[in-house]
Amino acid sequence: MQMHQTARNDLLLDVRNLETHFFGEDSVTRALGGISFQVKKGETLGVVGESGCGKSVTALSILRLLPKVSARTVGGEVRFHGRDLLDLSDREMRKIRGDQIAMIFQEPMTSLNPVYTVGRQIAEAVQIHTKASRSAAMKKAEEMLRLVRIADPERRVNNYPHEMSGGMRQRAMIAMALACSPELLIADEPTTALDVTIQAQILRLIVDLKERTGTAVMFITHDLGVVAETCQRVIVMYAGRIVEQANVIDLFARPAHPYTQGLMRSVPDRRRGRQRRLPEIPGIVPSLREPIVGCSFAPRCPFAIDICREKRPPFLDVGSSHAAACWRAEEVMGA
Amino acid sequence: MNGPLLKVENLTKHYALGSGIFKKSIPVIRAVEGVSFCVEAGETLCIVGESGCGKSTVARLLMRLVEPTGGRVLIDGTDIAGLKKAALHAWRRRMQMVFQDPYSSLNPRLTAGQIITEPVENFERLSRKQRQAFAAELLRKVGMSPEMMHRLPSELSGGQRQRLGIARALSLNPSLIIADEAVSALDVSVQAQILNLLLDLQQQMGIAFVFISHDLGVVEHIGHRVAVMYLGRIVELAPCEALFAKPIHPYTEALIAAAPVPDPTRARLEAPVEGEVPSPINPPSGCAFHPRCPLAVERCRIDVPPLVPMADGRVVACHVRAPATDIPAQPAAAANPP
Repeated sequence: MQMHQTARNDLLLDVRNLETHFFGEDSVTRALGGISFQVKKGETLGVVGESGCGKSVTALSILRLLPKVSARTVGGEVRFHGRDLLDLSDREMRKIRGDQIAMIFQEPMTSLNPVYTVGRQIAEAVQIHTKASRSAAMKKAEEMLRLVRIADPERRVNNYPHEMSGGMRQRAMIAMALACSPELLIADEPTTALDVTIQAQILRLIVDLKERTGTAVMFITHDLGVVAETCQRVIVMYAGRIVEQANVIDLFARPAHPYTQGLMRSVPDRRRGRQRRLPEIPGIVPSLREPIVGCSFAPRCPFAIDICREKRPPFLDVGSSHAAACWRAEEVMGA
Repeated sequence: MNGPLLKVENLTKHYALGSGIFKKSIPVIRAVEGVSFCVEAGETLCIVGESGCGKSTVARLLMRLVEPTGGRVLIDGTDIAGLKKAALHAWRRRMQMVFQDPYSSLNPRLTAGQIITEPVENFERLSRKQRQAFAAELLRKVGMSPEMMHRLPSELSGGQRQRLGIARALSLNPSLIIADEAVSALDVSVQAQILNLLLDLQQQMGIAFVFISHDLGVVEHIGHRVAVMYLGRIVELAPCEALFAKPIHPYTEALIAAAPVPDPTRARLEAPVEGEVPSPINPPSGCAFHPRCPLAVERCRIDVPPLVPMADGRVVACHVRAPATDIPAQPAAAANPP
């Protein structure tokens, strides 16, 4: 173990075979079917996929924020600095959340407390994780608001969330998340609810802050454009599994999984001509309530052959730090 | 038929905030301020802009779901703003709307078949057999199997629900469909299916679209002409290709630069436009974009720039990039396709 760690001391988060199920009245939804990936120190990892692919469940499973009644992580490990987060007590976990791993959500209005000022909420996070005094924490809050480029931070610390615009609230959320200098920031669709010009500002802010603070970022999004602009490495998810993993340049240049390829081609792109029919991915995503035999994408896949419907493809290297779960990855990359 | 299918002249909508019995002046939201454009038969006019720019209010004004404060909406030359209830009812056949959220715009208690035949039954009685045949035909048109007519909306996927919304709009055989963020709530792979459907329908049936969206990639893909709105006004209206190849208004430029492009090899652009969209209750004087505009000069703070026609058939409202000449500026309707 020790050997393993020193050899890979740039490793921050190591997720192995993570499996999360949701329990309904008479059904089990296999939201995560055993996923493995790593986040290195200081890198930005993109997690892409469409609704229901398990990208948000991955984040919530890592931070153990799933609703206890209906969901459970039933297998796997989440190693953070070598320690399995799934083994920690609730108290130990609370110390890690917000301190070493922070998270920002899509809708900042619902993740900020409406009855406290923004400054007080940031200060609270600081006080919980450091032994700072109230006034020092408030000073820190002001400093954080300045860092996320909110104009007039002296005045804005005393604002309630409703007194801020959507873009400013998301900035405040980022300020709160970064207040304790976490090593990992998990951002779940942080710009999806924002207008494009505000989105551009926030993306730029996240990239700048990442470079200044060295925080690793796990960036969850459905938007391939956002991935291309912000991430270094990307994992693509489909039906609760990772189907492809690559650095961002390789992924866009030569997607190796038919789903990744289909996803990229279905985005309108001027280089392929306007007013043309877009290539579609036929069909719909499979239900995760039934066990899936073979590759979960096979029913929609133009490359599918018999083996795809019978045996689940292993996750195999198709290049340096580029891997895909597809029996026909080579043909896909040539197409 | 002569003249455009839809002609919008100087359309304006102000919302009063509160009743103001005790106040001297009631604050007013200037949601839409003097908007003019035309839509030809079979054409797609896109309206883009960010939240609060008035694009959805324009959609509602076109359908007369809200009453305009001023201006005219002419369909085939008839002003629908002046129509009484019964006459308006008849005109609604010509124009239908598709909404953003297929979850909240379909009645959860009706079957798919009932939902899509309901508009027609407002106008004529159908026998059970006729209704079934009609529903089956509509479902086929939007790429769904006729067996789906017995399903409830809750038993359909998001993409299927949006298809249903489109089938409902098609049921009256309209000449114009107003689509307000019709693909925004959908996943990209489903979005592609719906965009293809809209393109097919336009080709087969010659339907014109007013397509309202914040997604520039989608707009560039399906639009013939594009109107860019900022704080209630059109700032640029141009043929789609020209607009994306060479935006003239600084806001259009900022908007296009801000849209993320799915190409990691593309060089990162310089700093995005600063600041946020101001409140429409108290919009900036002069050109509403001036506080964020890198090109703003003194005049931009004082005068509202008029829409000035340019050589390539577009109109632009910018003192710097499109200064008004001595020739009296033509109204915005000048930006018609040849």
